[in-house]
Amino acid sequence: MSKLLEVEKLSISFSQYFKGLEQRELTVLSDLTMDVDDHEILAVLGSSGSGKSLLAHAILGILPTNAKVSGSIRYKGKEMDDELKEQLRGNVISFIPQSVNNLNPLMKVKDQAIGYTNNEEEKQKLMKKQREIFNQYKLAENVDDMYPFQLSGGMARKVLISTALLNDPEIIIADEPTPGLDEQAVEETINNLIELKEKGIGMILITHDIHTAIETSDRIAILYLGYVIEVTDTKNFSGEGEKLLHPYTRSLYRALPETEFELTEGHQPSYLHIPKGCPYHENCPYQVRECHYELPELREVNGTVIRCFNPLVDGE
Amino acid sequence: MDVMKAEKVSFGYGSHKILQNLNFEMNNNQVIGLFGDSGSGKSTLCKILTGFITDYEGEVTVNGQKHNGGYNPIQLIYQHPEKVMNPRWKMKDVLEESWMPDEKILNEFGIKKEWFKRYPSELSGGELQRFSILRALNPKTKFIIADEISTMLDAVTQVQIWESLLTVARENNVGVLLVSHDKRLINRISDEMVYLSDITD
Repeated sequence: MSKLLEVEKLSISFSQYFKGLEQRELTVLSDLTMDVDDHEILAVLGSSGSGKSLLAHAILGILPTNAKVSGSIRYKGKEMDDELKEQLRGNVISFIPQSVNNLNPLMKVKDQAIGYTNNEEEKQKLMKKQREIFNQYKLAENVDDMYPFQLSGGMARKVLISTALLNDPEIIIADEPTPGLDEQAVEETINNLIELKEKGIGMILITHDIHTAIETSDRIAILYLGYVIEVTDTKNFSGEGEKLLHPYTRSLYRALPETEFELTEGHQPSYLHIPKGCPYHENCPYQVRECHYELPELREVNGTVIRCFNPLVDGE
Repeated sequence: MDVMKAEKVSFGYGSHKILQNLNFEMNNNQVIGLFGDSGSGKSTLCKILTGFITDYEGEVTVNGQKHNGGYNPIQLIYQHPEKVMNPRWKMKDVLEESWMPDEKILNEFGIKKEWFKRYPSELSGGELQRFSILRALNPKTKFIIADEISTMLDAVTQVQIWESLLTVARENNVGVLLVSHDKRLINRISDEMVYLSDITD
């Protein structure tokens, strides 16, 4: 195992117009640190609308120009500047976008899968490969000439995965690959992702679906208000959640319909009202004094990376 | 007891039939979960029941009466609260458009008075969803249709809003039809699970 991709202290914010000419600053990711190895799936779990997709866009270098970014992203130890990002994306790093809306509606599926090339020989080679991969995903030959609107949700998902595989990537970033699919298609997608991992690919799986995260990933990074609050082994999401160290992560696990459906008071505020100190302290029953005025740094406790002054160790 | 009934409801766009001969009935003391795969017509059914689609065949009645103008006793809550609120209204106006609940209910939903002065874009999804649920719980409401209302929320918030919604619904004898693709959630909170494919042709 080797570190393929490391993200360190990444913050992304936007200034947006609000009322008339009034502007406001919106910080969507704060101080995000994580890494992914080969043969590994790291799930990044956060609620919808929380700007998780921006992490993917930051790694690929396709953020909108009004985004303010700080921190560092490294590929095999090498700092990724805009030039390197452009080189890597679509080759070494592939992206599986959220929905069929990311396909060009006026282009046949096979043409967008292989991408643009004016070298006839290379084109033939790519077309052959595209057919092989489509076969592997049971996409029949007639799919090649279909337009995106003709694809069902499940087929579209397979097309997006196949397209991402065409350049033999080392890293795949998958953004919400399961919503809107029926049970069987979710099952299939999950199996596909695990297969890719077993072939050696390192994957960042961005999702708000905790079930998908638990079933596919090796580690899960939990986001709360744009902060990573815990990066833990997926196997810790089991039993009563006693191996989950952050109070929010444990509440989250115990709130699942199939575990306890346990009620925890206090609501997650909007990104415009991120509390000072620990972002979770207002809702945290285990808060200590520091939580109110100091942001806890990420640190390692019992093999888990956690951002908390008072983690729940010893099965509290 | 109030009874909501959909009889022989069919609907489609042109030759594309979405619902065929649907029959469904529930009363105001029930919490029923409706399950269907994506694209199976769940949301269409929700809109028919609540009068947002009117050109369907068949009949939707409450206690034998078709809705005929005025406040609809069947109210719909959507998945995306930000899409059903006027972005230029403050939250107090958004809520008051329907009614102003008393202190006790506001507390049950954990709604803070200071939010009243904010615009929808200044609240989180979970906070907004509380408002849209509360707005639908007007005393004249007899049935709530909840169309994937917690799908975009995290599990902690999901528990909170369902606890609040079900508490107030039970106290006021409001029937709840929860529409979801999440069987685990339906199993957890409803008295009965109904498959959309079982109540249509």
